[in-house]
Amino acid sequence: MDTVLSKYEPVIGLEIHAQMKTKSKAFCKCSAEFHSSPNSNVCPVCLGYPGTLPVLNENLVDHIIRMGFALNCSIRKVSIFARKNYFYPDLSKGYQITQFETPICENGFLDISLRNKETKRIGVTRIHMEEDAGKSIHDFHDDESLVDFNRCGVPLIEIVSEPDIRSTEEAFRYLSKIRQTLIYLEINDGNMEEGSLRCDANISVRLKGEKEFGTRCEIKNLNSFKNVSDAIDAEIFRQIKVIESGGNVVFNTMTFNAKEKTTSATRSKEEAHDYRYFPEPDLVKVTVTDEWKLKILESLPEFPDARCKRFMNEYSLPFSDSDEITQDKFFADYFEEAVSGLKSKDETSIRIVSNIVRAEVRRVLNEQKIGIKEFNIPGKVVSMIADSVFAGKVSVTASKEIFNILLKGNSEEEMISLFNKAESDLSQISDSSEIESVVLKVLDENPKEVQRYKGGEKKLAGFFVGKIMQESRGKANPKIVNELLLKNLETE
Amino acid sequence: MKKIPPGLKEIQKDLSLKNITCVDLVKNYLENINERKDLNVFISVFENEALARAAEIDAKLKSGKAGKLAGAVISVKDVISVKDKKLTCGSKILSGFETLYNATVIERLLSEDAIIIGKVNCDEFAMGSSNENSFFGPVKNPIDTTRVPGGSSGGSAASVAAKMCLLSLGSETGGSIRQPASFCGITGLKATYGRISRFGLVAFASSFDSIGIFGNNNYDIAALLKVISGHDSSDSTSSDISVPDYTELSEQKFKPEDIKIGFASEYFEEGLDPDIKKGVLEKIDSLKGKGFQVEEISLPHTKYVIQSYYILTSAEASSNLSRFDGVRYGYRSENSQTMEEMYVNSRSEGFGDEVKRRIMLGTYVLSAGYYDAYYRKAQKVRRLIMNDFENAFGKVDFIISPTTPNTAFRLGEKIEDPLSMYLNDIYTASVNLAGIPAISIPCGIDRNGLPFGIQIMGKKFDEPGLLKIWNNITE
Ligand SMILES: [Zn+2]
Repeated sequence: MDTVLSKYEPVIGLEIHAQMKTKSKAFCKCSAEFHSSPNSNVCPVCLGYPGTLPVLNENLVDHIIRMGFALNCSIRKVSIFARKNYFYPDLSKGYQITQFETPICENGFLDISLRNKETKRIGVTRIHMEEDAGKSIHDFHDDESLVDFNRCGVPLIEIVSEPDIRSTEEAFRYLSKIRQTLIYLEINDGNMEEGSLRCDANISVRLKGEKEFGTRCEIKNLNSFKNVSDAIDAEIFRQIKVIESGGNVVFNTMTFNAKEKTTSATRSKEEAHDYRYFPEPDLVKVTVTDEWKLKILESLPEFPDARCKRFMNEYSLPFSDSDEITQDKFFADYFEEAVSGLKSKDETSIRIVSNIVRAEVRRVLNEQKIGIKEFNIPGKVVSMIADSVFAGKVSVTASKEIFNILLKGNSEEEMISLFNKAESDLSQISDSSEIESVVLKVLDENPKEVQRYKGGEKKLAGFFVGKIMQESRGKANPKIVNELLLKNLETE
Repeated sequence: MKKIPPGLKEIQKDLSLKNITCVDLVKNYLENINERKDLNVFISVFENEALARAAEIDAKLKSGKAGKLAGAVISVKDVISVKDKKLTCGSKILSGFETLYNATVIERLLSEDAIIIGKVNCDEFAMGSSNENSFFGPVKNPIDTTRVPGGSSGGSAASVAAKMCLLSLGSETGGSIRQPASFCGITGLKATYGRISRFGLVAFASSFDSIGIFGNNNYDIAALLKVISGHDSSDSTSSDISVPDYTELSEQKFKPEDIKIGFASEYFEEGLDPDIKKGVLEKIDSLKGKGFQVEEISLPHTKYVIQSYYILTSAEASSNLSRFDGVRYGYRSENSQTMEEMYVNSRSEGFGDEVKRRIMLGTYVLSAGYYDAYYRKAQKVRRLIMNDFENAFGKVDFIISPTTPNTAFRLGEKIEDPLSMYLNDIYTASVNLAGIPAISIPCGIDRNGLPFGIQIMGKKFDEPGLLKIWNNITE
């Protein structure tokens, strides 16, 4: 089968829908808050009451233009909204306000880096704004459905790629980078599980070398990275199987079954949709002036690639560290906060900060499954720890213990007093005689290892250092420990 | 019963002289409403509320704190939202529906102490030219009860003509104010698109709809217009051009030598009733006699008005009326097993024939494959019609025409023939396509004693001009 698969090449385009972070909804003053009790963020406008009219929340346009700049798009000077007409109980007006013929942003691109170190450019066809629908709840009662209109009218950004994607890996990288950019621009929180970011994939396959595209199918509403990868793989496989068995792929909307990792066609009756798009007469044209564009350009944050490069120059970080830190905007902000709090901006102390955030902070975030914004130790406190290590007051080992102690702090003041106490408790011992007594104690307690060391197992030095540091609760100055350990092992 | 003067100015004078009270006014109108129930004008009468408000305003008048519209008792076409009241749009589909908010025009009227006496009948969702397409039955013309009052704002026109109120708020998409004003022998003003907020007006065709005013004279209409005009942050299509003092302007008239009036032969062709033609031409001659310059102009795309009007308004209506689905409010059919059946049955049972006809037409012209041939082409025609007017208004200040090709026809006469009904909009719909203001002023009476109006069309935002020329026309 693998040889069969390798004859084919997939052609993939992604449509990414993300909820835009705004205080209020797209066309009314209701809150766009995610976690509210059902039908609490509603008003006559978003409920589609007779006689009501939409009024554009201009923050949407700001967001769209920011994303347009980030994805190298041309920004249309005058664009209009359109109505997409269809009936569904969670669509209060019987149409969705969206953009059709004139999206605000068009003809952009995004460069992604692949595993093989190559860079690939993916075209961005268009970016536009639209409103979300409400949520139908079918499983609450047996004989009736309920509708929650809190989501109805919440603003969405839709980013449509060219069919330039040629593998699941590329799709994954493209989606990750779009998500990262949305988070950097603070347009979206990137939370796929809560549904604030979702993706439709258009997929076709063709024989390698073939110029024409095959017939595509669309998989709707993929809501995790894993589902995107698995669904694309499954659909490619399905289409190749159809072709190999002599059949033709028929255009269809597919749904993905995450349990079985298969795709299947939705009932084709629903697909007889004709959305009867036409210009939305209740809203005026959106005119983006040069001044408006300039204002947005000036307020754009630094994008991940540029920030990574800057960190390498400004902080002398190696690429791997810099790349890791700048993946997440807020994580990088945290790092910079910690660096800015350092007493000494020495390269070494910055490296200590980098090590603490990448190892200790990251570990806690993973353990607690939280984002950096929910993390309790402020960046400033990390600078204090790093300063202390840099000044030789505490060892790296001790700094990890201090970090763990601070995790229990509830406020910044409490953490500072915890830090001061821990720093003095764990302050590094540089007194040779005191350290030497520990060294001798450890050697006495481990005669077998001493014999093996002397027999040539030099790597046991690490074992002794570990024991000595443990014995001194990490307080012994490692440099002196090394000196004294070698002296005693070699001369005994 | 005390005698009620016919105009707001005289009413306000009598109020200040304490010859009458607002309560007297409301009682008088209520009596007329009750006496002429046969006309089927009102859908809801706010009897107790209007009397209570009248008493409040009388108290305000005593303390000198009453608003500009104290003494103005107004009926409202039942497509405009009045908080906590039934809003029917003349349709079964809104059975039992009470709205939650005031339209912007209602807020503004109430803040100046106007009294709303009730909601008046109209064609269902303002679709019609005879007021026969109402779920609540047809309105009869007060001048001849065998005839229609015009539509869609037939209830509004009849309520003013039958002295059930002083003024009425109507709405129009293609002539629904001017045509019934003409049929009922009163004045009706349609303002520039964007002059009056549409927030709270149930949409028929959003890019055409405007709220307008029925009254006995230009001063009354001006007083109301001044209060309800102006930008509204709830309607982004409302204009922020400043609102002039219409009331003061309505008391002025033009020096004939300053004004050029355009005469378009396209409005006097075949299909125009000879009595109306004669009456309007005589009026034009009398204006010439007074020294007005009358110039022949051309509106070459007039022959495409009705087609493009019905394509575009039906397209917008098909979408605007999608929200009436029985899910959140209004009528829901009882006999449905599935979601789809609920939609189909609720809408089939809830909408009347004319509304269904337009939804089907609009759905068709927006469908993939037909969009370019119909909707897009009609949009282009609309642009050409706008250009016609722009060119004409480069040469003249006003354009004069009959309001309607015929006077009030008999109930039932045209209801089975939608095309001949649609032709009733032939002189009025172009104004809505172009978004300009126009007024219908009583002009004369035909061989059957039925009134007809003369229509004056103006440049965008030249409502002051229309209110002023009213004086020249009626003197
Ligand atoms: Zn709302």
